[in-house]
Amino acid sequence: MSDHATTADAAHGHDEHHGFAHPMPVWQLLAVFFALVALTGLTVYQATFELGSMELVLSLLIATIKATLVILFFMHMIHDKPLNAIVFISSFVFVALFIGFTLMDALSNKEIMEFKEVPPAAPIAAAPAEPH
Amino acid sequence: MSHDSAHDDAHGHGEHDHPPFLAHHFDDPEQQYDAGKFGMWMFLVTEVLFFSGMFCAYALYRSLHPEVWTFASQFLNENLGAFNTVVLLFSSLTMAWGVRCAQLNQRNGLVLCLTLTLACASIFLGVKAVEYTHKWDIGLLPAGSYVPQFIMANQHHEGISPWLIKLSIVPALCVVGFAGWYGWAVAQKRKQAAEIAGPLLITALAYFLGVGVGILFQNAEQAAHAKEKHGTEHVSHEATEEGSEHAEHAEQDSGSPGETGHGETSGELAEGETVGHGEVETVQLVSSPPLKPGATPLTKIDQPGGAGLFFSIYYCMTGVHALHILGGMVVLTWLLVRAVKGHFNEQYFGPVDYVGLYWHLVDLIWIYLFPLLYLIT
Repeated sequence: MSDHATTADAAHGHDEHHGFAHPMPVWQLLAVFFALVALTGLTVYQATFELGSMELVLSLLIATIKATLVILFFMHMIHDKPLNAIVFISSFVFVALFIGFTLMDALSNKEIMEFKEVPPAAPIAAAPAEPH
Repeated sequence: MSHDSAHDDAHGHGEHDHPPFLAHHFDDPEQQYDAGKFGMWMFLVTEVLFFSGMFCAYALYRSLHPEVWTFASQFLNENLGAFNTVVLLFSSLTMAWGVRCAQLNQRNGLVLCLTLTLACASIFLGVKAVEYTHKWDIGLLPAGSYVPQFIMANQHHEGISPWLIKLSIVPALCVVGFAGWYGWAVAQKRKQAAEIAGPLLITALAYFLGVGVGILFQNAEQAAHAKEKHGTEHVSHEATEEGSEHAEHAEQDSGSPGETGHGETSGELAEGETVGHGEVETVQLVSSPPLKPGATPLTKIDQPGGAGLFFSIYYCMTGVHALHILGGMVVLTWLLVRAVKGHFNEQYFGPVDYVGLYWHLVDLIWIYLFPLLYLIT
């Protein structure tokens, strides 16, 4: 690939290529790639520390930054129609509802769901009384 | 497409600037592109929701039993996970670059980018094959078949796993087939066929590159742990030298009473020199008292209903992800054939863009899977 020619193309590619193609400049693609690799390094590095419950939050935060970079630049959402963005992002709303409500339910019934060593006397009869 | 264009000619539509790639029911290439792209985003939504079921199982089980996750995650090789992450990110870069090439009508650039993307997918699968087969060998299996690791403590595989050889049969056949096709195409001076067979041959070979890298990392990990082990009192007796096993186990039994039970087990099952990643730490865990009062005892975690469930979720999530990679490779091959035939241009690059979107989504899922599965401390 001849980089000089293609970069020049991309600069005014919008007009030359009949309007609807938005070629990403090569420098942007490379910058996003190296940012993603750096963030991968960061997430591996942060896993070497004992951070307790913050660990999960931090690794999810880094993963979400990476996902945002991929969606905006590699998936061209930054140039895309707003409708497509709304459609795609709405899926995450439903995922949040799905996982959020399941967890809420599970954690509020933790005593029932958790594996316990039930003393032999503690009867099977108690089980049906529990709400389902 | 050729059918469409024939149709066009027959009805004299050609004169209305109706290019062969434009389907009849669209006004112009842009409308066709937007419609396809919208459809692709809808498909990606279903994919996100599909994977969310597995992420939900993950969240549910991890929130209820975090100790199982801390225990089981140590058996995953995070170096291999990180390597695979970078490979997938690079394949995303080449895919995005390929879309750019298609948009700028750079046929050779597109073919090169698609080749690199396919090769990266292949490397990813090669590494994954090493990871999977290593786990199968030491009994890290889904809940029904999970083998508690302190029983397995010394049973491990040497050299190349028989499972890995079985898994590699298909890629090996692909190498032979594509090499033959490529050789034939070059001999017959069929340029287009050679341009398709060449990248496919590279893809099949890349699988073995992935396997090689995977074995390298796996051995490095085992060597590191073998070294670490020598410094650890509890396991230092399980020396890495072959031949003197029995003497050493006898010594171990008399030397550390706390480990007698384990010594017997390993005496029965001992087969070789090195001990894999997880086992060493397990041995340490077994021989040390519980850290906190009220903490779940190891025996409850290290059983099919505990760590076994982790591996059920692990295989389900990574396995379905790997199937998506395989599916992506099929459509990438289709793109490669069309790219070689020169089907794409500034007005018709939709298929490349849509496959790119799918490929980035598969990458996106891995971006979450990697820290969530491999990096739990």
